[in-house]
Amino acid sequence: MSKYRLDYLDELEAEAIYILREVAGQFEKPALLFSGGKDSITLVHLAMKAFRPGKFPFPLVHIDTGHNFEETITYRDEMVARIGEKLIIGHVQDSINEGKVIEQKGKNASRNALQTVTLLDTIAKHKFDACIGGARRDEEKARAKERIFSVRDEFGQWDPKRQRPELWNIYNGKIHKGENVRVFPISNWTELDVWNYIRRENIPLPTIYFAHQRDCITRNGQLMAASPFLNMDADDKIESKNVRFRTVGDMTCTAAVESYAFEIDDIIHEIASSKISERGARMDDKVSEAAMEDRKKGGYF
Amino acid sequence: MDILKFITAGSVDDGKSTLIGRLLYDSEAILVDQLEALHASNRKNDDGSIDLAILTDGLKAEREQGITIDVAYKYFETDKRKFIIADAPGHIQYTRNMVTGASNAGLAIILIDARKGVIEQTTRHSFLVSLLQIQQVVVAVNKMDMVDYSEDVFNSIVADYKVLAGKVGLKNVTYIPVSALKGDNIVYPSAKISWYTGDSLLTHLENVELEIDDTSAHARLPVQWVVRPQTDELHDYRGYAGRVSSGSFKVNDKVTVLPSGFSSTISKIEFYDKTPEEAIAGMSVTVHLTDNIDISRGDIIVNSAGQPQLSNLIEADLCWMDTRPLDTTLTYLVQHNTKTIRCKISEVLYKVNINTLEKDHAEDFKLNDIGRIVIKTAEPLAFDPYQLNKANGGAIIIDSRTNVTVGALILRQAVD
Repeated sequence: MSKYRLDYLDELEAEAIYILREVAGQFEKPALLFSGGKDSITLVHLAMKAFRPGKFPFPLVHIDTGHNFEETITYRDEMVARIGEKLIIGHVQDSINEGKVIEQKGKNASRNALQTVTLLDTIAKHKFDACIGGARRDEEKARAKERIFSVRDEFGQWDPKRQRPELWNIYNGKIHKGENVRVFPISNWTELDVWNYIRRENIPLPTIYFAHQRDCITRNGQLMAASPFLNMDADDKIESKNVRFRTVGDMTCTAAVESYAFEIDDIIHEIASSKISERGARMDDKVSEAAMEDRKKGGYF
Repeated sequence: MDILKFITAGSVDDGKSTLIGRLLYDSEAILVDQLEALHASNRKNDDGSIDLAILTDGLKAEREQGITIDVAYKYFETDKRKFIIADAPGHIQYTRNMVTGASNAGLAIILIDARKGVIEQTTRHSFLVSLLQIQQVVVAVNKMDMVDYSEDVFNSIVADYKVLAGKVGLKNVTYIPVSALKGDNIVYPSAKISWYTGDSLLTHLENVELEIDDTSAHARLPVQWVVRPQTDELHDYRGYAGRVSSGSFKVNDKVTVLPSGFSSTISKIEFYDKTPEEAIAGMSVTVHLTDNIDISRGDIIVNSAGQPQLSNLIEADLCWMDTRPLDTTLTYLVQHNTKTIRCKISEVLYKVNINTLEKDHAEDFKLNDIGRIVIKTAEPLAFDPYQLNKANGGAIIIDSRTNVTVGALILRQAVD
């Protein structure tokens, strides 16, 4: 016996790699949900460490709302070309065209809620039995209770009261036909851990994470990027601001923060001294105290 | 900087959620928007101050009922250490959740209400902490404000607890008098408890030392995945990927693959673009052997000089976690490391009354029951007794009708 000596980033990394390999070993048709955000970019990097020099035993899957930051799509396509892995795209626009969902109207219209349907359809179409996601338990209190292997029923629903006990590092991925498992390898990472890891590993990121000039409007006290996807009217005043984004989601619900963090060190400093949590910049969580729990029960990531 | 995972054992009445809330609040781990939500909530303490327990109650039903149903994980850090708290419910009907939270913890905080002292639930929690073999224990005597911060009350509880600790076999116990509600001795030392000269709870958590088993003879690597690129340039590449669960492997170590029993030598340890000489417990690596032998997921690579037990008839402690009782006539699945095979619980030896620690003769085995059984597996398991090597001594039982995890197994010894 000796004194414990694994550094925290090494331990988190080793745990995530272990979980990714469990997915590979336990499931027949897994997929890695890739949003273009820093958490899923970190997952791709971890998958390289888990499976190289072999290929990933799963494709990347992007649920595309069509309301993307252009920088995210550029990054996605460059990354896929660089690592030589397969990418499957599920389009929310297709779900709208097929009449499965109806585009929201009004000033706060967003496609964020619609993507759950596209996600579930994509899972069904490709018969995915496990979907790896970049959610973390420190993001939100419903997520704080979610297992690393989280079983979803045929309708994609999460039942928080009937979660399987998860002991030691033994993950039970047994499911019935039609069910699937959402797997969260970086459950135990915090926002700051992810940033410190990205710095240590020199992982490239989409440029919108770093401070830049952008036309914004202020809505419900938050800075939103002015774009053709945002329903604007005469009351909305466009101002040019120095901003960056802490999460990358649908353009209509991802708020910017004013920032002069041009380098990753600036960002880490900013977050370490920041007093607003990451999901505090997501309008979709502001609806009610149980907003995330309700969306997860409905099949959300 | 390392990570300390700890569990808090106690019930709402003991102020467990308040204690965690206080740790987060006083160590400034709560952010402004979360704090706003906290202030905006309708739940307040009797004196009108904010109810810190809200910080850990995540689910609607929990907020409605004011209790903790499931394990919630909380994260915070100081300059010295990172912390992961598994906040587990304390009521007896949630014993399985506490076992779940305890399985990964390096330290347990056992809360005792200073007014009540050592009670039945303290016995139960201490038994579970001992069963799961959590390395370090802190007994936090809470609500000291309600007993006028009395040193006598504290000392008498410590004396009572020492008897219990001896009975359940707990070592490394530290005693700290606190008031979570008032903030005494949680993060900051308290002038009201000047007779106490030890560390505050947080200072203790920051400095307590954990051990890791990196003895080379205890080296275990459950194989998760075989890396075989099968490309032209890597035609013969064959790497065994897994996480070292205990001990340490070095290049040139003689190893044995179980259950087959084939022996070989480690030719290379790989980690992505690096080739380390050594892989210690906790590291995820890819191992190469000098001989081309048949190895697949479910096999375990061990040091030839210190082999685990290999048996298909094993005595074990079982914690039952399902609402359907154990059926000794049924075939279940057992998952041990990366191996999942059929099994039967062939015999129930006894059940433990976890409130009194008495062993009862058992006819049935229901939700939250814990006791000693004999398990018969379809193939031999390569395991270590849990008391010698936690990492290779735990397993779960799965009901193949529902696919649900229904039991936790603490493997003890092979039956001859």
